[in-house]
Amino acid sequence: MHKINFKKEYIFMADIVQAANLGKQVESGGQPLTILHEINFSVKAGESLAILGASGSGKSTLLGLLAGLDTPSNGTVYLDGHDLSALDEDGRARLRGRLAGFVFQSFQLLPALSALENVMLPLELHTASNLPASKLPAINNHSISIQERARQALQKVGLAARVTHLPKHLSGGEQQRVAIARAFVGQPKILFADEPTGNLDATTGAQIIELLLELNRAHGTTLILVTHDEALARRCNRQIHLAAGRIVI
Amino acid sequence: MTGNIFRLSFNMLRRDWRAGEWRVLLLALVLAVGSMSTVGLFADRVRQALQQEATSLLGADLRVTSTRVISPEYRAAALQRNLAVVTSAVFPSMVSRAQAISRDQATSRAQAASADAQTILTEIMAVGQGYPLRGKIEIDDGTPHEATGIPQRGTVWGDARLIQRLNLEIGDEINLGTLRLRVAARIVRDVDQAVGFASFAPRVLLNLEDLSSSGLVQEGSRISHRLLIAGEPNKVSELRSWLVERLQLSEKIEDVRDARPEIRTALERAENFLGLAALTAVVLAGVALALAARQFITRHLDTCAMLRCLGASQAQVLQIFLYQFLLLGFFAVIFGCIIGYAVQAGLVQTIAAMRDANLPTPSWMPIWQASISGLALLLGFAFLPLWQLKSVSPLRVIRRELGIPEARTGLLYGLGGVVLGGLFLWQAGSLKLGFIVLGGLAGGLLIFGLLAWLALRALSKIPLAGNRALTNLAQHGRTNALQIVALSLGGMALLLLTFVRGDLLDNWRTRLPPDAPNRFLVNIQADQREPLLNFFTAQKINTPKLFPMVRGRLIAINHRAISGDDYPEPRARSLVEREFNLSWSENMPSGNELVQGRWWMQPTESALSVEEGIAKTLGIHIGDTLTYDVAGSQFSAEVVNFRRLNWDSMQVNFFVVATPALLENFTTSYLTSFHLPADQVRAGDKLATTFPNLLIINTEAVIEQVRNIVEQIAQTVSAIFMFTLLSGLAVLYAALLAMQDERIHQTAILRTLGADSRYLRKLHLTEFAVLGALSGLFSAAGAALLGWVIANQVLDIPYRPGIMLLLTGVGGGTVIVTLAGWLATRRVANMSPLRVLQSA
Repeated sequence: MHKINFKKEYIFMADIVQAANLGKQVESGGQPLTILHEINFSVKAGESLAILGASGSGKSTLLGLLAGLDTPSNGTVYLDGHDLSALDEDGRARLRGRLAGFVFQSFQLLPALSALENVMLPLELHTASNLPASKLPAINNHSISIQERARQALQKVGLAARVTHLPKHLSGGEQQRVAIARAFVGQPKILFADEPTGNLDATTGAQIIELLLELNRAHGTTLILVTHDEALARRCNRQIHLAAGRIVI
Repeated sequence: MTGNIFRLSFNMLRRDWRAGEWRVLLLALVLAVGSMSTVGLFADRVRQALQQEATSLLGADLRVTSTRVISPEYRAAALQRNLAVVTSAVFPSMVSRAQAISRDQATSRAQAASADAQTILTEIMAVGQGYPLRGKIEIDDGTPHEATGIPQRGTVWGDARLIQRLNLEIGDEINLGTLRLRVAARIVRDVDQAVGFASFAPRVLLNLEDLSSSGLVQEGSRISHRLLIAGEPNKVSELRSWLVERLQLSEKIEDVRDARPEIRTALERAENFLGLAALTAVVLAGVALALAARQFITRHLDTCAMLRCLGASQAQVLQIFLYQFLLLGFFAVIFGCIIGYAVQAGLVQTIAAMRDANLPTPSWMPIWQASISGLALLLGFAFLPLWQLKSVSPLRVIRRELGIPEARTGLLYGLGGVVLGGLFLWQAGSLKLGFIVLGGLAGGLLIFGLLAWLALRALSKIPLAGNRALTNLAQHGRTNALQIVALSLGGMALLLLTFVRGDLLDNWRTRLPPDAPNRFLVNIQADQREPLLNFFTAQKINTPKLFPMVRGRLIAINHRAISGDDYPEPRARSLVEREFNLSWSENMPSGNELVQGRWWMQPTESALSVEEGIAKTLGIHIGDTLTYDVAGSQFSAEVVNFRRLNWDSMQVNFFVVATPALLENFTTSYLTSFHLPADQVRAGDKLATTFPNLLIINTEAVIEQVRNIVEQIAQTVSAIFMFTLLSGLAVLYAALLAMQDERIHQTAILRTLGADSRYLRKLHLTEFAVLGALSGLFSAAGAALLGWVIANQVLDIPYRPGIMLLLTGVGGGTVIVTLAGWLATRRVANMSPLRVLQSA
């Protein structure tokens, strides 16, 4: 508890995500290769941030580090006041489960599960973890079933009629809507989106972005979005540009 | 928490099941449990039946023989254990025909007049109600049939020799002691054959209740009292242990294994064959499971990464999949056992010999064994991949190129190896067989893998038109080598069970040729040798080799006097207390095998050769000095070698053979064995009348039993093979599926780059043909090697692999893999490459 209190003193209270001296090196052909250099920034609760950059600039690596999917070579990430480097793999997973939602370029729906089952999955995992009530993601109405909540989430993304369909029977845009419903169903504090329109045509991509931003506003969620699309990035509160692993102005 | 995880796990299993993700794994596991339970149940029933068949030679499971009336305590002990008991008494007695024949009969039997007043020595066997406890007696009382009881009081059944020698007909009467008894039937097939070389006289079967009134039971009568016991095997063995502790010197206890080395050898070999079949099923099931589990894991990497991303801990991921595997295992075990039971029941019905044999009901043991083995196999093969799966990085949701994480595999492989090794040994039923197959498998895996990798690299260097395919194979050398290993294992098992099995069975069958000796001649005197050989020539029967024999008692080992009391084991005790049949020979008797030491160079040496089994029983070592007493004179000599005897050859065998110098001056009789063709039985009778002092022992019944056992096993193994074949195909299928996943992706990329169907077909066919040919080559080499080792080390029969094995292996491997691979990847040509790449 001491540690967390200390961090809360250290960072500004409204910062929900903070990257401090974040760096990542990997081995490539026996040589160390630096992907990210000394990244420092913070994101306030409810803010939306776009991370821009060309391919290979390190933006997906940065997203992975911010979400606790990977560990940095140096520096650290504070997520809602928790130092990710102080947590082990399972600790980070629990934190993700409580705080974060994800939307990916390649949708990442489980092929064997229907749209409804895919959306139910995070809620089932929470139930399986049997977390104390205080640690569960905020749920408006505890009395409704997991299935009903998933159904409502799909309804919000306009897929009420497709709940029983398997991913392979849905179009790309529909699959991404299912992914968005899955991301929001647990009422996360932070939403991480990695090129959410990357696999979609322009019209569908625009619709998906509208939906994502609308839900983001409605839920007051913090959005961290990785994209190479300038127009999309401009719709966020802030943008940071990455080039060769560094933040550039 | 566990309950919720279980529910989640079950839900995911249900959903995955709907998507068909578990089918290959379930199929592999059902086949594994199914084949193991089929083999186990079948083997159990056949083993029981063989045991019964063998016990029919004794007429019981256990026999206590004594020169005194058997203690009622023994009988009570058997009854107390719910065992069936029957008493009998066997003794030699003179028998003559009682009734004068009528004139008509006399005319018709004129040529047999010499037999009229004949009195012959017979073996009387007086039996109680319920005899025999095992096996059936066949009699002919006008019509041949199985006897349903024993001779009624006042009647006897006589065997063919009695009927012939006394020129009797059914209904005639004989004199036995003070009794006149009517011959009610001729014995066609008897049980309870005497053990050893005692059964030389015609046999008369008498009701035990007539015995006391015959006046033959007197003080000093040479009666052998017998208590026959049969029932549940564990109760019988419990009673046996109880009896062994109480046996008097005048008593001995026998079961079929003690009684008949020939039967024991056949039974042991039969069990080895069945063990081998069961073991092959385990190997195949394991390989199929390993492949299916790996494929399952590869396909679930994304699921794991997503679960981790959504907040599942490593332990939760492990639990989710472990529960799924256990649930799957549970259903597969039940389903597999039901299939196994049904298949073995079906097999029994389809094989005529099995149906007629009226096999006993199987025990529950094989079901438990198959269930436990199935679950152990599943966990043994799936645990390592599961362990890796839990460590899948959540980063994979962003970086698809992240594959299966490296695990600390040493300990896990070690654990899996121990579990599987234990299972192998358990299923094999013989440590030696288990170790051979286990060692062969492990060695084969390593060598095949290395050779496959080297071969692929070497092939890629050959400048050929289709070199793109070979380079492709070499570039993914490790994966392709693994696939070759898996295909080779499947193929090796199939070849082992087709070619090698056939060869081994044929070799075993030929060990007991149709003209195997069926008569033993004992007590041939030195001066009878020439007339006897002349007799054989005159009767056009193959002239047999005569073996000299001297009877001597072992009285000291290394000059230390020994007695029966030195040996707690009854068999060893009886060996010391009775006289040995010693023989001498300049050369090692044909059919014997030298297992330790050297054969003598000079017949003038003083040396002994001992059978390895008896040496072990009596604790004799090479270099020990044995002292024998032969008719009052003693001689000592050193043991210079151990021999292994071929018991099932039905030839004359000696436990101890000496150099000629040691024994040729003692009084010697000779013995021999020969084959008396069925149509020359009269010659046998003539032999008996020409040389009345000879003991002629008929071993036809034993030969028939051994032959029956061999035949039943041959048919059993063939039947079990069908099931194992299915498992082998499952392995091939699983290996091909693994190949298919990889190639579909590669094909889509090539299609995108503009490759046409012809190019793709040529590329794939070349790749598959090379993989198939290499797999086939390794399969054939492995099967030949393993077959040779099994033949030499376990079954002790000769085996030489034929060229057909190699040709079938390479040809079959090439055709099957090419065809199956082509069928599997053909559909990719019709799929949109974009769809394939997007779904990858």
